[in-house]
Amino acid sequence: MSESVVPKIKKEAKGVEESILKRKKPSLRFPIRSLANVRYLEKEGYFEIRGRKKERTLTVNTVKTFAQTLRMMALSKTLVETDDIATKREAYYVSKNWDEARFLEQTESDTVMDDVEALFEVNREQLGFVPEEKGGDVAGNLIVIDKDPNTGKAIQIDCTKFGSGAYSIPISVEDLGFETKAKFILVIETAGMFQRLVKHGYWKKANCILVSMGGVPTRACRRFIRRLADVKKIPVYVFVDGDPYGISNIYRTFKVGSGNAAHINEFFCVPQARFLGITPQDIIDYKLPTHPLKEVDVKRAKDALKNDPFFLHHKEWAKAIEHLVSMGVRAEQQALAAHGLNYVIDEYLPQKIAHPEKFLP
Amino acid sequence: MAQPQLKRIARKEKLDRAGKKAAPKPVVRLTAHDLAARQREISVSEFFTKNRHLLGFDSPAKALLTTVKEAVDNALDACEEAGILPDLLIEIGEISETRYRVAVQDNGPGIVKAQIPKIFGQLLYGSKFHTLRQARGQQGIGISAAGMYGQLTTGKPIRIISKTGPTKPAHEFEIQIDTKRNQPVPVSDREIGDWHVVDPTTGEKSTVDHGTKVELEIEATYKKGRHSVDGYVEQTAIANPHAKVSYVAPDGERHEYARVAGELPKAPLEIKPHPHGVELGILLKMLHETKARNITSFLHGEFSRVSGPVAEEIVKSAGLPLTMSPPKAAREQAEALYNAIQAAKLMAPQSNVLSPIGDELLIEGLKKQVTADFYAATSRSPAVYRGNPFLIEAALAYGGGHIPADELITMLRFANRVPLLYQQSACAITKSVVSNTWKNYGIQQARGALPTAPMVLMVHIASVWVPFTSESKEAVASYPEIVKEIKLALQDVGRKLGLYIRRGLREADAEKKRSYIEKYIPHIGIALQEILGIDDKRKEKVCATLKDTLERSRKNE
Repeated sequence: MSESVVPKIKKEAKGVEESILKRKKPSLRFPIRSLANVRYLEKEGYFEIRGRKKERTLTVNTVKTFAQTLRMMALSKTLVETDDIATKREAYYVSKNWDEARFLEQTESDTVMDDVEALFEVNREQLGFVPEEKGGDVAGNLIVIDKDPNTGKAIQIDCTKFGSGAYSIPISVEDLGFETKAKFILVIETAGMFQRLVKHGYWKKANCILVSMGGVPTRACRRFIRRLADVKKIPVYVFVDGDPYGISNIYRTFKVGSGNAAHINEFFCVPQARFLGITPQDIIDYKLPTHPLKEVDVKRAKDALKNDPFFLHHKEWAKAIEHLVSMGVRAEQQALAAHGLNYVIDEYLPQKIAHPEKFLP
Repeated sequence: MAQPQLKRIARKEKLDRAGKKAAPKPVVRLTAHDLAARQREISVSEFFTKNRHLLGFDSPAKALLTTVKEAVDNALDACEEAGILPDLLIEIGEISETRYRVAVQDNGPGIVKAQIPKIFGQLLYGSKFHTLRQARGQQGIGISAAGMYGQLTTGKPIRIISKTGPTKPAHEFEIQIDTKRNQPVPVSDREIGDWHVVDPTTGEKSTVDHGTKVELEIEATYKKGRHSVDGYVEQTAIANPHAKVSYVAPDGERHEYARVAGELPKAPLEIKPHPHGVELGILLKMLHETKARNITSFLHGEFSRVSGPVAEEIVKSAGLPLTMSPPKAAREQAEALYNAIQAAKLMAPQSNVLSPIGDELLIEGLKKQVTADFYAATSRSPAVYRGNPFLIEAALAYGGGHIPADELITMLRFANRVPLLYQQSACAITKSVVSNTWKNYGIQQARGALPTAPMVLMVHIASVWVPFTSESKEAVASYPEIVKEIKLALQDVGRKLGLYIRRGLREADAEKKRSYIEKYIPHIGIALQEILGIDDKRKEKVCATLKDTLERSRKNE
């Protein structure tokens, strides 16, 4: 995964130059980044990109994007060679020196960056580009071994010692080391639920590591949990809202990756993850207060049943989603508070953790 | 000076009726005898003084415009009738903020001495009602109403100088109007021999061979802008490219509108009314005034498109005796005759009696005042509404940076070459422009609004009788035949504009692509240099080759 991208950039640029000198219109071939172009590998446990590519040929109409793509590749090469990084925002500002070829909005530069990333089938960090987004919060029985950025000396970060706060997952997690005796990792959708579990020391009681995703998990968050779970061989349980978004967007992306980043799913997925709840059956078993499914929820659920290779593969999941749609309702993690604020700690989680074999795949 | 007599009689009809309506309603119960004692003839002039808003003198600003307009209309009509290329000098001088002096001088044929007092000092003078002809005079009420307005508001008489030829002496009159008797009262009347004039701007002296000058002092206010005298004079110059107009505004600024057509427009012909265009009331009046001995020769002689046999047929189908004397026709008989006329199949009226401006001169006229990139014009063949021949002309000027691009278009409306400045939204011309689909020609248009474009659009209706929506004669009535012709004219100029705009868009697109290549290819060179470390010479070669490849493929597209 750490193989340098510079030779790849040079090779691609050389191809363009040669085409031009042969009086041909050069073209770049990008893999198509969508769910329609992935297959689910059950054994490895992630979405693998299939071979379909789109070709962008340099014509009068594409000359601007083509020029911008090449300049972005040149920027990446410089970053990697000088061991520097640029955030997506910074890269956007660098382009302001490109006169006519500059980007007018960051969304334009982000798209070109995603294209370059896919073109070389690497992670954007390998291109020297880093996201602004936060990686996720960690609390519990874990010591992370990082390096002091100035001295390079190893430092130990004890995740039990953040009090009511938490350790922030850094953007680059490849070189981190771990020490833990925790029995499992509990990955939580909302910061609110994470707060409650931290405040009441749930990780102490259950001997676990808590991670807050804050919605769809970032790449760093996924990679952090993946490495931790791989290295320490501990199970990963996911606790999200019982609705189509929690299931098909958050959990599915966490476990097997996404269509958009299909070329790197191999590294940014957590195949060992299991779905603790809220399951559609939980809504009945725990008599949870619900809200009706919105039109967009139903559409999302039906789309998952029809097009998502992951749910198509797992019959149990298909059944569960159909169940949810037929009930026509959704339940949030916080709905457990209807039975008492700490019902989740005292009853729900212990009962669930006692039977991991019942978790959805 | 022309004598706009026809319109004066027509006007009398309406005013007599309206005048009776305007009589005060009794509030105390009175006998018929009491009422009869009060009822008396109202002089036309008296009526005018009380109802000056009907004549275009409703506000001081409009009074100034109407006065100038009446004088200019008459001057142009006079020159054209005499076959003289018009040469006008319009002067407006400010006496005080509410009082102005208006003078209009033409190079027309002049007016014989004896006629001058009647023309300028008596309303509704003349009796040429039974023929129709395209003329400006159809608007308004004539210069004598302006004279009366001046007399009413400033007490000053109207002043006229006229000369009929190089060897004839010029006469100067000052005339007041006896409003009770509708009679002119010459205040002064003198022969001045040679007529010397001094140019108001250059001070140059010259003598006039023939022509007329009218001068009035009126209560008025002057405003600049499209709805003012300034706009009227400018638009008059546009619609009359054969006229040379000099205009000295109250602020002393002089505007010169050059003559761009060296020939007079084709003289419009007089025609008799077409039977289908005549209303029952007018038919009754004609029956009583005709000199024809019997009803058959009346129809044949007083109307167009009625031959002897056709006349007999109409009279027969009305169930009247062929030899009946017209004035003896009773109301019921006249109505039977009217119905028989409406039912009769008749040839359409002659349409070659109109005098269009013509598409070349429409464009010349517009070019004179509007700087634009593109001009188009169309002059349609004559058509007929209610027995009256009419024709529509349209012209437009588009683009060029002088006309504002993000505003509604400027509309110029004309009836018989006279600009219509008020009541734009009530006019059939405006309604037709709004309901036309300008998007088809690549022009923006909000629903129910004039298009938004850098465009000046001109529409002219020429007719022996332009139908106006109201007494104020500022908007053309929406007869279906007229609306249809206006739309066809608009579509014609619109299509020409559409072709122009699309050609422009294609060129702009090609230009954009060309500039795309120029702009972005250097960046491909820079990127390849940064990645591959190639030298400048090789970079230039790459750029040049790529540019060549793309240029060739663009041309082959």
